[in-house]
Amino acid sequence: MTIRRVFVLMGLALCLLGGVPTHALDANGQLEDPALQARFERIAKDLRCLVCQNESIADSNVELASDLRRQVRDMLVAGKSDDAIFDFMTDRYGDFVRFNPPLKGKTLLIWGAPFIVLLLGVGIVFRIVRGRSRMPLDDEPSPGPL
Amino acid sequence: MWKFLLPFVAFIALAVLFAFGLNPKRDIHALPSPLIGKPAPSIALTDVMDSSRPVTNAAFKGQVYIVNVWGTWCEACRQEHEALLAIAQQRVVPIIGLVYMDERDKAKQWLEQLGNPYTAVAFDTDGRTAIDWGVYGAPETFLVDSGGRIIYKFISPMTAEVWQHEFLPRIAAARGAGA
Repeated sequence: MTIRRVFVLMGLALCLLGGVPTHALDANGQLEDPALQARFERIAKDLRCLVCQNESIADSNVELASDLRRQVRDMLVAGKSDDAIFDFMTDRYGDFVRFNPPLKGKTLLIWGAPFIVLLLGVGIVFRIVRGRSRMPLDDEPSPGPL
Repeated sequence: MWKFLLPFVAFIALAVLFAFGLNPKRDIHALPSPLIGKPAPSIALTDVMDSSRPVTNAAFKGQVYIVNVWGTWCEACRQEHEALLAIAQQRVVPIIGLVYMDERDKAKQWLEQLGNPYTAVAFDTDGRTAIDWGVYGAPETFLVDSGGRIIYKFISPMTAEVWQHEFLPRIAAARGAGA
């Protein structure tokens, strides 16, 4: 069982590697106030890096992300609220800049889509179940005991 | 009836979705700018050629003008340069250049070697002006009307065709409305 053990170890190593935070957040050093730093990290994780598009500005190393991080830090230090910072970003880059877009007319489909798909699935299951229960017993293909 | 129609309807729906989603002409990285229709953010920087000379877009107030964001690191900007030179020769509108994420010397050299299509070239030292304009790459080209509003943004290298079909009609319309 040594091979198996190697695999387990490899898996473990991969998990550990995956768990290592690889973000570029602190390139400019931590903010002095830990509460401010916590807000900074949370905000940076919710802002999309528009160059890479699937990374947050907290995770991205491109220059735009670092410029945007600096902007967020400056605004935090200046005492701006989280909402003010998010508004600043969406005013310039649109709702797409947020990973957690606000619920409103234009973003309704994004928020509603999972529920629509869920309803669709429930509907399909319901139809199939009902269809089966209507089937006469002798017509069943009898796949054996389930 | 539904049983036969449903796959057909699903197929049509998917085909329409793919036609839009996989259209090779659609640039998935081109994002609509929320700044369209909004007042153009201010540009108050210095000239790339001469750091003691200010460049502001306030100086172009009352005119229709173009802001072209570029950098020497940007391959696509090199591509569009010929088109910009040709456009500049038409003298339709002033073109303000905004040098983004670059070094002053490199930008200078670029203009000296390739020619300068710009009426004025602002050098964005720290990227803040670019953030105000919602810039996330280069080249990006904005069209500002005489009321100081951004009326159009084009994300991609400028070409004679784009100029002809996207910019000129909008410039004419803006002038018609502004006069």
